[in-house]
Amino acid sequence: MLSLAERRPTGRTAYWLIMLPAVAMLLLIYLVPLADVLLTSVTDPKPGFGNYAMLFTSSSVQRALLTTLRIAAITTAVALLLGYLVAYAMRAASSRTQRFMLFCVLLPFWISVLVRSFAWLTLLRGSGPVNNALMAMGLIDEPLALVRNETGVLIGMIHVMLPYAILTLYANMRGIDIGLVAAARSLGASRLQAFRMVFLPLTRPGLIGAGTLVFILSLGFYVTPALLGGGKVLMIAEYVAVQINDTLRWGLGTMLATTLMIAVLGALWALSRVVDVKRLFGA
Amino acid sequence: MSAKPLVRFTDVSKSYDGKTDAVRTLNLDVQTGEFLTLLGPSGSGKTTTLTMLAGFEQPTSGRIFVSDEDVTTVPVDKRGIGMVFQNYALFPNMTVGENIGFPLRVRGLARAAIGEKVARALAMVRLEGLADRRPQQLSGGQQQRVAVARALVFEPRLVLLDEPLGALDRQLREQMQYELKQLHRRLDVTMVYVTHDQVEAMTMSDRVAVFSTGLLRQVAEPRRLYEEPESLFVAQFLGESNALAATIAQRDGAQCKAVLPTGETIVAAAVGTCAAGGEADLVLRPEKVALGAAALGCTNRFPARVVEATFLGDQLRVRLMTLGREDFVIKLPNAAGQGAIEPGSAVEIGWRAEDCRALAR
Repeated sequence: MLSLAERRPTGRTAYWLIMLPAVAMLLLIYLVPLADVLLTSVTDPKPGFGNYAMLFTSSSVQRALLTTLRIAAITTAVALLLGYLVAYAMRAASSRTQRFMLFCVLLPFWISVLVRSFAWLTLLRGSGPVNNALMAMGLIDEPLALVRNETGVLIGMIHVMLPYAILTLYANMRGIDIGLVAAARSLGASRLQAFRMVFLPLTRPGLIGAGTLVFILSLGFYVTPALLGGGKVLMIAEYVAVQINDTLRWGLGTMLATTLMIAVLGALWALSRVVDVKRLFGA
Repeated sequence: MSAKPLVRFTDVSKSYDGKTDAVRTLNLDVQTGEFLTLLGPSGSGKTTTLTMLAGFEQPTSGRIFVSDEDVTTVPVDKRGIGMVFQNYALFPNMTVGENIGFPLRVRGLARAAIGEKVARALAMVRLEGLADRRPQQLSGGQQQRVAVARALVFEPRLVLLDEPLGALDRQLREQMQYELKQLHRRLDVTMVYVTHDQVEAMTMSDRVAVFSTGLLRQVAEPRRLYEEPESLFVAQFLGESNALAATIAQRDGAQCKAVLPTGETIVAAAVGTCAAGGEADLVLRPEKVALGAAALGCTNRFPARVVEATFLGDQLRVRLMTLGREDFVIKLPNAAGQGAIEPGSAVEIGWRAEDCRALAR
């Protein structure tokens, strides 16, 4: 027993030695540029918090922030609602059906976001299959503007975010004893009461977790809004890209990137106060 | 006990897969105010019967009546039946008090009335002062008491209990059996209880209904069930029985003469359709068999050889070789003057005709 205890630190040192190259690499290619981003945001074009002051003074920055928050909020709300329905259906299905449904939910993960965005572009455009079908059915006379605007961005983002919402909610619901709903019913609760008073409160951690996850991921979306928004819906990630690639205002771009990162970390911290994050994401 | 049953099953069958019946043509009455236990091994249909009465499952055919009202298709929340589950099924998102108040809340009672009834229910199960705890903070026994209080708080006429003590250790189990029985007596409520534990069934019940393979085998008071089993299954599931296959040679009213394959003739009580020429199982409780001098006055007397004698404290369990078998068991009380019984020794055993029951096959 003693020899085992003695040998332990040696094993740990070796463990860290093996980790060292990876850690060094991460520091070099991740933390150093990140520090550079932070530094640039307070030094370019001149030292100080002038860039950060633009959060309160520049109307175009504020518009980009508001658009981002609004789209992220709507995406989160719709993804939670739709995701809850799918996750609930999965929970109630037989285990074989559950496996099949899980496969279908995971399927989109294998297709690049870029491809999916172009697919939506094709489907939703003025003379695309969706508009054509709606007009053929006589539901509309004119093609609906479903793409190259905020509607298009929302459709694309909800589609991408839905699996995250479903998987998080499903993981939570799987831990809930369905017998509790049966017990509630036997004690006189209607279906709706049993759901509202027993099942729904028990899925609260799942809703909070899925909501935070989807919201955070939505804040940083770049490809989908850029393609489906047609340049008219400027979310913060695209705004940053424009500053750095086109207008070359590095200070403004890095400031917004930093702001986004702080917002995400803040949201994660707030989440960790409410639920056990590790358990939520199955770590 | 009033003559009018509270619950009546008429020709109730339930099949989950359309091929085999989980419950087959069940006819059973539950009397108002009685404690009835559904007893049987797993897969015998006892739990299916309970879930049909609760309303979780619908019979494939047949009707269920509660207080003369056909409830066969009444949904579970409209039946007004209290239910206690094996795993307690307490709501983890509510306090103990909120759990107990749940049936009252969904019935739209005023807050003050709920508080009063919850307090009374907590006192009833001796959990005063724990109203604000979470169920997870309670011990298994306490959780089960909360579940019982929750099933009783809305004063249902009928309470169903599905193996409620299955998860508790033996000592706690015995205590909870006693407390449940006390509650039943005090509240004058009808209880239907499911268990696979025959001792529990015997201890608690006014009547026991024994199930096997989807069939109700017999329903009777515990003593009657033990003393007068009507089938080989009941005789062997409840306590211990020696069972001897025999052919009925002659029936004379309540008595019959049966012949064993080895040639011996046994006089036994004839049960049911036992008739001359028919096959029967003779069942005999081990404690009804007398040994040595005590056997002298018995109708049935046979020589035997001791195979094994086990001392069990209050009784002696003896395995004998007799009547062509080596597993004939008798139990002798550890009475004063009871001598040692040596393996290999020759003895004489005997029993009264009425203690041995001939059950038609």
